[in-house]
Amino acid sequence: MSDNDQQLRVSKIQNGTVIDHIAGGQALNVLAILGIDGTSGDSVSVAMNMPSDRLGHKDVVKVEGRELSQDEVDVLSLIAPAATINIIRDYDVVEKRRVERPSVVEGVLECPNHNCITTEAEPVDSRFAVGDDGVRCEYCDTIIRDDLPAHILAE
Amino acid sequence: MRHDHIISAKQLSRGDIETVLDHAADIAADPGAFADRHSDTLLGLLFFEPSTRTKMSFTTAMKRLGGDIVDMGSVESSSVKKGESLADTVRVVEGYTDALVLRHPMEGSAKMASEFVDVPLVNAGDGAGQHPTQTLLDLYTIRENAGFEDLTIGIMGDLKYGRTVHSLAHALTTVDARQHFISPESLQLPRSVRYDLHEAGAGIREHTDLDEILPDLDVLYVTRIQAERFPDESEYREVAGQYQIDADTLDAAKDDLTVMHPLPRVDEIAHDVDETTHAQYFQQAHNGVPVRMALLDLMLGGDQ
Repeated sequence: MSDNDQQLRVSKIQNGTVIDHIAGGQALNVLAILGIDGTSGDSVSVAMNMPSDRLGHKDVVKVEGRELSQDEVDVLSLIAPAATINIIRDYDVVEKRRVERPSVVEGVLECPNHNCITTEAEPVDSRFAVGDDGVRCEYCDTIIRDDLPAHILAE
Repeated sequence: MRHDHIISAKQLSRGDIETVLDHAADIAADPGAFADRHSDTLLGLLFFEPSTRTKMSFTTAMKRLGGDIVDMGSVESSSVKKGESLADTVRVVEGYTDALVLRHPMEGSAKMASEFVDVPLVNAGDGAGQHPTQTLLDLYTIRENAGFEDLTIGIMGDLKYGRTVHSLAHALTTVDARQHFISPESLQLPRSVRYDLHEAGAGIREHTDLDEILPDLDVLYVTRIQAERFPDESEYREVAGQYQIDADTLDAAKDDLTVMHPLPRVDEIAHDVDETTHAQYFQQAHNGVPVRMALLDLMLGGDQ
């Protein structure tokens, strides 16, 4: 079964973004990191744990009517480093790109150190430097290596 | 100095360190020559948690440079009690002063505060994070007593929560010292500090027993094991006694071993050590004045 066939398991979208090659089981975390919780009216399709030559199992997310910004794509790389982003206009793929890991992510993750100043009611966003094997709070130096999605800030 | 703000020992190069320490030595040799250096300068002291040595030595340093201080006072008597954010507090006080010194119980507070002000800001301790001016006076004391060449230092006690240790470890890496860390396993260095030291290629070893390494040390830096950090008091009692030294302990050390402590001490260094030639912790505290004078002078443009 080709990747295109797999994507057709959920309906094609007219305009929006298809995020393919998400590691199996991470689709809901991708939605969380994009702040998609179903309340905005976006039409969202999710396919999980589909066979993949590259990943073994993969998830696919289709977001109707929304083209992801480069910042959003960068942040996705933290939990879906192998993902591909397909921008769809009038049912055609007009742009296809891989995610790239950013050097810094701001306002996306909550520092797990409860004594970090970014967890207080101060006018500052969390800021993490992105390394090869984790992220590091630029304020208190706390390193997160595992379970990044658990630290995604709620919208 | 290249830095407007002093937030972490990590930002200090070997050159920065030598510049501050050399200037501190000049000041210590002739403090009167610097007495009117900053007669128009006001230093704002923002201490959100108790401090004796650090606060008094910054006060003394500024006054010995001819300047003066304005002091926020205790948190209980300030607008913080009304719920004012740290960001607002520093923005207000920067309008009154030429530089700020901040101590705060939360990690990252100095870095965040520095992003809201244009005047130079010095981190005087942020939670369990960093305490870079303590490190500079520690380094001054080490250089005076043991030098930086071929230096072997042991750092013992609470390495996990001790901000003075975190700052010092970074700086000792910068001056290429061999570092031995002695602590209970539950109080070893935090992951971020280990990571930085490893990345910097530092020569470090970790121990649970001082006896393993004491005879090799040029400097022994002792910190207080903080009982309040242990989830179980019996767990604390089990390890605490192993990290106390007295004059007899030091029989196994080199004759010229330098013993240091950021103070306050509780019982980790017995009073009989005070009478030995090893004890340098009071001189270490006194060194805070010329070192902070030097740092303030350099930050405020005294080198131009």
